[in-house]
Amino acid sequence: MTGLRLIHGAAALTAAGSLAVTLGTGLTDRGIALAFGVLIAVGELNRWSDSQARQAAPLAAAGSLAYALLGADAGRPTAHRAAQVVTVVLVAAVLGAVPHIWCGRTPTLDHLARRVLTVGFAAVCFQPLYDQGLFTSWAGPGYALLLIALLTLTGLCDAVLAAALAHARTRWPFGPLLREQLRGLLGIGSAVGATGAVMALAVAVVGLWALPVFCLPLLLTQLSVRRYAAVRATYRQTIASLARATEIAGCTPAGHARRVAALGLAVGRDLGMAEGELTVLEYAALMHDIGQLSLVDPVPAGATAGLPPEEQRRIALLGGAVVRQTGVDAAVAVVVERQADPCRDQPLAARIVRAVNAYEEKSRDAGPEGPLRALEELRLAAAGDYAPEVVESLGRVLARPRGWREIAPARDDGRRTALSDPVRGWVTHG
Amino acid sequence: MEAVPARARGFVAAVAVLVLLCLLPLPTVRTPWWALALLCALYAGCEYVVRRRFGGTFHPVLLAAAFLLPPPAAALVPLPAALLCPVEQRPALLRRVWRAAQPALAVWGAATVHWTLGGRDAVVTSDFPYALLPAGAAVLAFCLILTALDGGILAVAERVPLRRAWRGLLSHSLAPVAVQGLAGLMMAVLWRSPYGPVAALLVLLPMYVSWWVFAQYHRERAAHQATIRALVQAVDIKDGYTRGHSERVGQASVLIARELGMDDERIEVLRFAGILHDVGKLGVPTRLLRKEGPLTPEERRVIELHPEYGHEMVRGISFLGEARAAILHHHERLDGSGYPYGLAGERIPEAARVVAVADAFDAMTSTRSYSRARPVETALAELERCAGAQFDPRMVGALVRALRRHGWHPAVTADEAHAPVRAVAGGGTPR
Repeated sequence: MTGLRLIHGAAALTAAGSLAVTLGTGLTDRGIALAFGVLIAVGELNRWSDSQARQAAPLAAAGSLAYALLGADAGRPTAHRAAQVVTVVLVAAVLGAVPHIWCGRTPTLDHLARRVLTVGFAAVCFQPLYDQGLFTSWAGPGYALLLIALLTLTGLCDAVLAAALAHARTRWPFGPLLREQLRGLLGIGSAVGATGAVMALAVAVVGLWALPVFCLPLLLTQLSVRRYAAVRATYRQTIASLARATEIAGCTPAGHARRVAALGLAVGRDLGMAEGELTVLEYAALMHDIGQLSLVDPVPAGATAGLPPEEQRRIALLGGAVVRQTGVDAAVAVVVERQADPCRDQPLAARIVRAVNAYEEKSRDAGPEGPLRALEELRLAAAGDYAPEVVESLGRVLARPRGWREIAPARDDGRRTALSDPVRGWVTHG
Repeated sequence: MEAVPARARGFVAAVAVLVLLCLLPLPTVRTPWWALALLCALYAGCEYVVRRRFGGTFHPVLLAAAFLLPPPAAALVPLPAALLCPVEQRPALLRRVWRAAQPALAVWGAATVHWTLGGRDAVVTSDFPYALLPAGAAVLAFCLILTALDGGILAVAERVPLRRAWRGLLSHSLAPVAVQGLAGLMMAVLWRSPYGPVAALLVLLPMYVSWWVFAQYHRERAAHQATIRALVQAVDIKDGYTRGHSERVGQASVLIARELGMDDERIEVLRFAGILHDVGKLGVPTRLLRKEGPLTPEERRVIELHPEYGHEMVRGISFLGEARAAILHHHERLDGSGYPYGLAGERIPEAARVVAVADAFDAMTSTRSYSRARPVETALAELERCAGAQFDPRMVGALVRALRRHGWHPAVTADEAHAPVRAVAGGGTPR
């Protein structure tokens, strides 16, 4: 938690210092400050509450970067300083976050800290040098290139910061998290940076009119990102329900698929898999037992790890056929199909599904010593059944203090509650 | 390969000739050739990427060209892209000519309008907000020409009546093109500013990402719908009912809901409620579902668990909303003798009462292993007889009125590729 405290402390210090300086000197260029403040607040209002999202409020992020890198308004040089930039962004972000805090939706503190530090970095790099007239020799296209370079640097900083925050919160390894953030920099991150640069340049040319003209396209981007996130969440819930079909049919014990998915995800992260691969792994883990629906006589307790290899492979192939029907990414079907193959022929995700599934089945009802004994059995199993690096990673994940349980993909209540549990928000019976 | 009617060839040729006429004054105007070349290359690159990865066209560059260049020069911008980009369908030459001529004419029109209204000076001096007026008019002209040509080719090639071909085209395309027009305007202003084309290129990046996200959204949504369809097919086939029972119940539920004046969102939820009402049968042993002859009381009890199984399966899917309650209670009866809870009257959720009527209606009007299909009239009479005791008379009345107005033409879309599901979900293990 020291990393978290360090980041929050630095952000608080930056914010307090900027506030003090701004209170001392007063606001300059109030119209511009107000316009950008409104833009950032609106962007924050539209933020969505997905802690996984790399960039939850692209409009607000682009607006604050543009304000940090703003050198002129319709050809007239502006006079605002770095401290004022941080103050305006902070106030606007807090105002925009009020409804979110009111509903208790998101961890707002991390978001604010990141925003303050990133904007502070960009403003400190740009405003003092600009005010000293260092950039006057960079006329024309060179100036645009300079802004791009500055934004790239800021983006890198932001990625490191985001990865550090996520690391401090979740204890997932830092390397893969950073890689994931850097990859995000190429997607929506680049759009945010480019928009920031365009806004700064456009305001310098045409004045504040540039803001509404260019915000509309970006607002649409934000909306479609949001819809994309929503449909992804829905899709994931549907997959989880499909996975529950085997449990309801009595093929597998309650919550098995979800536990395999959660543990498998933790192992995948530990082995440094990327976000896209992790999604494939999660879906495959959720549906890994779906082939059992086609068996006339169910496997006792759904434990496939104890079956003869050819039987395991047959069930895996049947499962792959169902998954192909569901229109999920074909990579998921491949993982489900190959989960029973010898591990040197398997893709990494299939190795993880196989090992984690076996661990889950062996440790399930084995009492307090079950987990250790199950892990030992996996280590000692015939060479080629379970991939050693996956088993080692599984050991590391299990040794962590309940870390992987926090990322369970859905509520982990399974069928342990009564079947007739009313759905939240719906009175199902009188 | 489908033969292209001669009239369509003629139409394309006429548009191409029009474009050539627009290009005629090219030698007389002062054209910034390097800007033209850069825009051509840019458009070709964008078009290549966008067409290959998402489908559709990328207008911001075209509109920026309309704002930057004199009309005959602007009309040249789409040509290289049409010549260079691959064409997937035959006849390739005709398609290339069309893809070159249609946007060329639209860009020419937009540029002409922009030029006449003095938009060029507004862009050069970045005279805002006046610059928005010529730009808006140009976007409107662009959109009008595009839709007119689109409707025209539809009418000529597919023999669609003109009015139907044009309906909705303009209103659907105006908003997206207007947003792209704003991006194009920003591009043009930055292009003429001291920062030059480098800054203008930056505008394209967010537009591209927006496009990408939108394409992702559609892909994901299609995958989601396919998943739900697969779930439904699995149930239908496992049950041994006639194919498409679930989907028809969905359609009948929509008919009732619409007749009752529910809003669109609720109607959509009820469609899902109808489609998924029997999803819990996945949890009932296939042998029981397909058993011919009378069931023992114990077997009946097992089958009667399916609403609870279904509710258990879908309760994690939040977008289903009240459909989840409908799935749980679609076998309740108004007099309280139904299952699983024996709710009575108003205590049964409204959605469940709708689905119950739709389910019974389709069960009677389709052929089952144990009974022949009955005519719609007989089924409705039977429903009316049971209204009050088993069904909600309001729902029955709504169904009767809706069928009187629209008739019953169930269309089942989920027929393709069901064989593998049968092998898997039908319990027919390959031996």
